[in-house]
Amino acid sequence: MPRRSLGGQIKPAPGTSVQGVTSEDLPTRRTFLDAGGRAPMHAATRAAYAQALDEGWADPRRLHAEGRRARVLVDGARAAIADLLGARTEEVFLSGSHTASLHAAVRGIAHGRRRAGRDVVVSAVERAAVLAAADFVVAEPWGSHPGRRVTVGVDPAGRVDASAMAIALGAPGVALAALQHANGEVGTVQPLPEVADAARRAGVPLLVDAGAGVGHVEIPDAWDALAADPGDWGGPGGLGVLVVRPRVRWSPDWPQDEDAWFPGGASVPAAVAAAVALEHAVAERASTGAHRRVLVDRIRQAVAATVPDVEVVGDAVDRLPHVVTFSCLYVDGEALAGELDRLGFAVGSGSACTSSALEPSHVLAAMGVLTHGNVRLTLPSTVTDDDVDRFLAELPAAVRRVRDLLGVGDL
Amino acid sequence: MPEPEPIVVDARRLGCPLPVIELAKAARDVPPGTTLTVLATDPAARYDVPAWARLRGHELLGIAPISDDDDTLAITVRTHA
Repeated sequence: MPRRSLGGQIKPAPGTSVQGVTSEDLPTRRTFLDAGGRAPMHAATRAAYAQALDEGWADPRRLHAEGRRARVLVDGARAAIADLLGARTEEVFLSGSHTASLHAAVRGIAHGRRRAGRDVVVSAVERAAVLAAADFVVAEPWGSHPGRRVTVGVDPAGRVDASAMAIALGAPGVALAALQHANGEVGTVQPLPEVADAARRAGVPLLVDAGAGVGHVEIPDAWDALAADPGDWGGPGGLGVLVVRPRVRWSPDWPQDEDAWFPGGASVPAAVAAAVALEHAVAERASTGAHRRVLVDRIRQAVAATVPDVEVVGDAVDRLPHVVTFSCLYVDGEALAGELDRLGFAVGSGSACTSSALEPSHVLAAMGVLTHGNVRLTLPSTVTDDDVDRFLAELPAAVRRVRDLLGVGDL
Repeated sequence: MPEPEPIVVDARRLGCPLPVIELAKAARDVPPGTTLTVLATDPAARYDVPAWARLRGHELLGIAPISDDDDTLAITVRTHA
C-alpha cells in the first residue's frame, strides 16, 4: 500500500505495485490534484479514527457497556456533523457512501410522496447517482402508473435555469426535485435559494446534493434534504451523510430496520473520523478556501494563455474554490491524463475515452462544451503554490506531446 | 458564385476524439462556405462536433441519425466565410 503523507503526496513503498507498474517506474514525487470525493486525510482525522477503533468498535445497538460507549461516540459524531451543517442531531443519518445517501433520499421521498405525485424534477448536471435513482423511481410505479424524470437544462457555464426549474417543479404531480449545491465536475454554484423558494411555494421537497461543497464553502439553508460526502472533506471513505428535515414526508421502499434510512447503520469509527475531519475543514475553510480560489484563478488564466485551443469551462466567479476543469481540442483525454500521471500528477477527466462506458461526461455534454481532452483538477486543502506551479509548467508540453501523437499540430 | 461541393467524412467506428480530427482535416483544405457532413458512431461526436464548430466559427447545420436502425449520426456543418 502507498504511504501517504500530508501535502497530498504519495510515495509507494519500495517494490510495491501501483496499477501494474513498480514504484521504480513512478516519479518519487506525486502531486494529488483529484481530491473530489476522496481527499487526503489530515493527521488529526487519522488519530481520531484510530482512537475510535479502540473505543468504539462495538455494535452501538447493543446495551452492554461496550455497545453504549460506541453509541455515545456515534451520537456525538452525528451531533457535531449536525451542528456544522446547521441541523439537529436527530435530522442526521449515516450511510455507507454518498451514492447510498442519494439513492435512499430519492427513493424514500418519492415513495413517501407517491400519492402527491410521481414525477421527479432534476437538473441536467446532477450526479449520476441522482439521475439513476430518479430513473429508478419513475419507472417503479408502486402502483398503477409510472412517472417522468423531468430534466432541466443548464447554460454554457453549467448553471441551471432557475425559472425553468421553478416552472417544472410547480407542475402538478411532482414527487420531489433535486438540485446540487454546486457541480463537482466544473465547480459552478447553482441558484439554490431561488429554486428552494419555488419548491417551498409548490410544496415540493428539495433534495440538495452538497457532496462537492460541504467542508469547502458554507451551504445556504435552502434544502429539505441534504446529502454530504465525508470523503470529499477529508473524512474516511465508506461513509455518507444524509440530513432530512422533519417536515419531509418519506417512507422506505426497502425492508424495515431500526436504522430506517440506512438499514444496519454505519461504521462508528468512520463517523467519528468524519466529524473530526469536518470540524477541521470548517475551521480552516476561510484560509484554505481563499488560497485555493487564488490558485484556481491562476490555473484558469495560465491554462488559457499557455495551451492553444483550450476551453476552460465552468463559471469563472460563482464557483467552488477548489475545482477547475478544461478541455483541449484534438486531445485524447485518456492519453493526457496518463501522460500527467507519468509526470507525477493525479488528475480527473470527464472525457469518454477515460471511462469504460465510452459515454462522455453528461455534465460537459449538457453544457455544450468539448467533452474530449478534458482534465479536471480538484485541489485538496493541503495543496501548495509549488504543486500548482509545477503542474502549470509541465502541462503545455504534455498537451503538445499528446497532440503530436495524433498528428494534429496544424489543425 | 457556385456552391462549393459538399463533402462527406466517414468517421464511423472511430473513437473520440478522432471524428472531430478527421472533420477538421477535411475542413482545412476546402473553400469557405463548404458543407461538410461527418458520419460518426462515437457517442461523444454529438457533443464535440458542435463544440468544435463553435470554437472554429463554423455553422452547425444539423444532427440526425442516418436511419432508424443504425447508431450512426450524420452531423453537418458549413465552414465559415
